[in-house]
Amino acid sequence: MRHTISVLVENKFGVLTRVAALFSGRGYNIDSLNVAPTHDPKTSKMTIVTRGDDATLEQIVKQLNKLIDVIEVKDFRDGEYIDRELVMVKVAVNSKTRAEVMQVTDIFRAKIVDVQPKSLTIEVTGSEGKVEKFLDLMVGFGILELTRTGKAALPRN
Amino acid sequence: MSKIKTIKKRKTVSAKAGLGRPMLGSEILVEALEREGVEVIFAYPGGASMELHQALTKSKQIRVILPRHEQGGSFAAEGYARATGKAGVCMATSGPGATNLVTAIADAYMDSVPLIAVTGQVPQAMIGKGGFQETDFFGMTLPVVKHSYLITDTNDIPRIVKEAFFVAQSGRPGPVVIDFPKNLQQQRVQPVWTNEIKLRGYESSPKADDVALNEIIGLIEKAERPVLYVGGGIITANASDELRRFAKATQIPVTTTLMGIGSFPETHPLSLRWLGMHGTAYANWAVSGEYKHRANTNDPIEKVADGADLLLAFGVRFDDRVTGKVEKFCETGTIVHIDIDPSEHNKNRFVQLPIISDIKYALNRLNGMIAKRPIAKKFSTWHAQIAKWKAKAPLRYSVSEEASRSQHITEHMVGKENEVILPQMVIEMLYELTQGEAIITTGVGQHQMWAGQWYKFSHPRQFITSAGLGAMGFGYPSALGIKVAHPDKEVIDIDGDGSFLMNVQELATAHIEKIAAKAIILNNQHLGMVVQWEDRFYAGNRGHTYLGDPENMKQIYPDYVAMSKSFGVKSERVFFRKDLRAALQRMLDTNEPYVLDVVTPYTEHVLPFIPAGRTVADIIY
Repeated sequence: MRHTISVLVENKFGVLTRVAALFSGRGYNIDSLNVAPTHDPKTSKMTIVTRGDDATLEQIVKQLNKLIDVIEVKDFRDGEYIDRELVMVKVAVNSKTRAEVMQVTDIFRAKIVDVQPKSLTIEVTGSEGKVEKFLDLMVGFGILELTRTGKAALPRN
Repeated sequence: MSKIKTIKKRKTVSAKAGLGRPMLGSEILVEALEREGVEVIFAYPGGASMELHQALTKSKQIRVILPRHEQGGSFAAEGYARATGKAGVCMATSGPGATNLVTAIADAYMDSVPLIAVTGQVPQAMIGKGGFQETDFFGMTLPVVKHSYLITDTNDIPRIVKEAFFVAQSGRPGPVVIDFPKNLQQQRVQPVWTNEIKLRGYESSPKADDVALNEIIGLIEKAERPVLYVGGGIITANASDELRRFAKATQIPVTTTLMGIGSFPETHPLSLRWLGMHGTAYANWAVSGEYKHRANTNDPIEKVADGADLLLAFGVRFDDRVTGKVEKFCETGTIVHIDIDPSEHNKNRFVQLPIISDIKYALNRLNGMIAKRPIAKKFSTWHAQIAKWKAKAPLRYSVSEEASRSQHITEHMVGKENEVILPQMVIEMLYELTQGEAIITTGVGQHQMWAGQWYKFSHPRQFITSAGLGAMGFGYPSALGIKVAHPDKEVIDIDGDGSFLMNVQELATAHIEKIAAKAIILNNQHLGMVVQWEDRFYAGNRGHTYLGDPENMKQIYPDYVAMSKSFGVKSERVFFRKDLRAALQRMLDTNEPYVLDVVTPYTEHVLPFIPAGRTVADIIY
């Protein structure tokens, strides 16, 4: 099962390595990892998407909590949180397909951020479902390059 | 959620907070150690740590002991920590000096020992350049530390050292690494001393709530066959007295893990000794039930008597050497698990009632509740069953036929076959001669198990062993650290010839530093535990488990007596039973380091034995 975990950490030397090492050292897989400072420059927020059964997840949360530099761990349940991901994707276009790509981009309220003779770079933001759907449509045109932030999540309350 | 903790200052140290006089980084670190009450440090110098040694020469408080190998020094620091409960401190230079500390750090992590490892690091400008003796020690030790620091600003030293000691010694203790680049050791700043600790992500002393504790009382009152299964957590929490009171008030029999040995007196009628792979048969039966012995592991399991219906697991972690096949461990009982570390709950074994708590607090509360409302039950049927088990399968040994046919007998004992010394005899006799009051350390292997079985321990911190990691070579250096902490106590390393040789260089430390730790080598010229497994599971095929000289098997190799002599350490060798008692007494009467080399047959197996991953139904006893 996939889980989204939010981890508030001290913005200190080596903290990302500690978290990453905890996952690799115990054979847990990370699907995506997003990390950046919060409004308080002394702390950073990580959003980690991982897979595992309930027992594995319980261990992940407890092991994260054991790290001295981890301040708080939240395991989000479905519906309790809002998540977004930003993806930048470079799509191959020619004179025939450019208009269609732009149309789809428009429907998804995505943004074209760079235009080249043979490619468009598109920024798409949204929930996992929306992003995946958009990327599925782009595959047909030819994805040249892609980078994504990984999921960022906040609890609803 | 932010928590501020103020540490009580330890004895004579001038722990005044505020701005200090200008000092070198190295001097700040040394003073910070002094402020934590450090009285001894095991340190091996090198290029990146010599600044610290220079500063240490000026310390009036800290005794610096020079080990002959960084691993020896770090095991000694661990011995000191395990014997006192205070953080042990070891130090090494960068690169190979630091990597030699890794085994002890991993050991301290597995056994929850407060260890501070200070390492020199190459100057900051050289980090990442592949400089001479550079390793990323912070990165290398990440999976085996409770916490770690790479000093990047000299002004941080007072805070880092304060935090390091707090983290190492509080909660579930563990090792903390402080990596210290040389250029910062040489930098002069004015330190700002602090007594405050701000670690908002760290809770060190969780306390059980009364509702949960009351539930335990209810479970005890409902139980017919309760057992206390207690571990190193009791010793770490200094909760042995509370445990004794609790066991006495409830009349619940007590079994310990290897780490828990000494937390409950093994001579007490309620003691089941220790459980697990080489624990007593009656402890294992009391927990998981007795089964008809089966010749073949494919035969069906037939229960003879029920085990515990309530297991009170206090300060333990359901290690595989304890549980065997984990789902069969106390299969039909209700399990209550109190631990200070919530990640131990449901990690290896699902339990019905997990409680997060400092065990000393929990036991104190429970004792208070029981004092007000005593447990009515006496569990007499259960005690009768346990008495039956104890009578049926006491620990025992005898000269086996294999032993009397062994190469040991045919080559060394001709005409004196009856004088053969079994390893168990040595420990039993040592127990008698020391009135059970010596502090015992061990290496790892058969001798370690026998030391646990044949010496009966009454005090916490009396049996000191590398349990979780199982690090050979632990015995003698850790004995040095303990003897430094307790110069008035008899400290004896019961070792094997394999383990002892791994840190034999520490005899030099013992001699030069005048540390009167003793060692008994149960010398069977083999790696006995592996030999035992070879005998049981590999048809006796020897896979590099012979430690003697294959071209001259008659000669004991190496010659530990001559070797000890070269270190200036007294030593003798014993072959015959008639000489054993006097030899042990001579060792005990000596007030300096001593090595007693006792030659034993390699054919002995440690029993009882539950093969790895099997259940109590397959116990060999």
